[in-house]
Amino acid sequence: MNAQAIIAKRIARELRSGMLVNLGIGIPTMVASYVPGDIHVFFQSENGLIGTGPIPEQGMAHPTLTDAGGHPVTALPGASSFDSAMSFALIRGGHLDLTVLGGLQVDQTGRLANWMIPGKMIPGMGGAMDLVSGAKRVIVAMQHTAKGRSKIVGKCTLPLTSTRPVDMVVSELAVIIFHNGSATLSETAPGVSVDDVIAATQAQLKIPKDVREMQL
Amino acid sequence: MKKVYPDAKAALAGIVKEGMMVMAGGFGLCGMPETLIKALRDSGVKNLTCVSNNAGIDGAGLGLLLETRQIKKMIASYVGENKLFAQQFLAGELEIEFNPQGTMAERIRAGGAGIPAFFTKTGVGTDIAKGKEERTFNGERYIMETGLIADLSLVHAWKGDTEGNLVYRKTARNFNPMMATAGRITVAEVEHLVEPGELDGDMIHTPGVYVQRIIHTTAEKRIEQRTLRKRPEPAGAYGTGEEV
Repeated sequence: MNAQAIIAKRIARELRSGMLVNLGIGIPTMVASYVPGDIHVFFQSENGLIGTGPIPEQGMAHPTLTDAGGHPVTALPGASSFDSAMSFALIRGGHLDLTVLGGLQVDQTGRLANWMIPGKMIPGMGGAMDLVSGAKRVIVAMQHTAKGRSKIVGKCTLPLTSTRPVDMVVSELAVIIFHNGSATLSETAPGVSVDDVIAATQAQLKIPKDVREMQL
Repeated sequence: MKKVYPDAKAALAGIVKEGMMVMAGGFGLCGMPETLIKALRDSGVKNLTCVSNNAGIDGAGLGLLLETRQIKKMIASYVGENKLFAQQFLAGELEIEFNPQGTMAERIRAGGAGIPAFFTKTGVGTDIAKGKEERTFNGERYIMETGLIADLSLVHAWKGDTEGNLVYRKTARNFNPMMATAGRITVAEVEHLVEPGELDGDMIHTPGVYVQRIIHTTAEKRIEQRTLRKRPEPAGAYGTGEEV
């Protein structure tokens, strides 16, 4: 299994029936492919849809029905569409159970940076600042390192997305939980040791006695 | 007052001015007023401040106005799909004010509703909070954001009647309804233009009072990204995406 699939599959196990979930662009979008068959969640697309369904088959794409990445989607029976003010009133008003976002860096207190690299990449934050500040639970889906450097750092060098800490980071190596300003190694991926994770992580990690293996 | 104009050029005649603020609806290419944006380009008006979630893509939407350097400043939440934008911005030729998407939607809604400012926790303690008033409510930090009112709003709807009542379709609604309320003048392009009474009053999203001019557009709508499934995947409830 490649790194992205490990991450998406592990995060899918966090879903519970009845949850309203927003998936970001990239690895987070892949989470929808691994929803267990007995779990029924509602996916929100921040461009104004609850009840986002699978991507359409060829010939069935509709230009007025896309996800937040501009990709064609379908709407499941019972779906509702609405304007951007309502979509974000929902996010900012605390009505979203879970958001899964990509990340550039997460610091050891759980603060996320994912919207710009000064002087290089200026895509903008889109809905990320609203999602991190407003969702009940925030999970970051990202590879553990970039060009050999840890993305889980002591202090973010990139501009923060929010001062509200995220709840969990899932990488291809580990699950890390953030609580009360510190980072705890909760699970390691199959074939990955605790020492492997420590070696790949710049941030200080608390290592409990019972680090479990990631169930995929 | 007659609101229906024969085409986009006629609908913009006499209301575009150098340096004006223009709101344009749409999320990516979805629900974007392409016909009106082309007419705005053809008008040649310069030094625009444009408010739109994105800056179009290369060769479409507000990307057209970047090619002709008609935009001085962009207020947007995400401009990652536009190479020309990045070039002009990094060269210092274009000003950008990033707004978190929810803050931007709310600023426009507030502008149209006569609300000069509001507080939100989105952005607290980040780069975008710089220079903004901060207050604490119930123990949580919030920053003040201001309402936005544009000189001109351009919106795209699915159906409209000759009174200016508008109905949007699926996710093409996005920023269009708020922008219709926040423009001193709002011009709408609609795919189907009908007579009063043909739209169910309970289903109208934007009351016609917000729309001053309306045109019928026949432009074909494009899809920004093309990710499609080849056949149903039995694996999960949602199948596996495949880039084509």
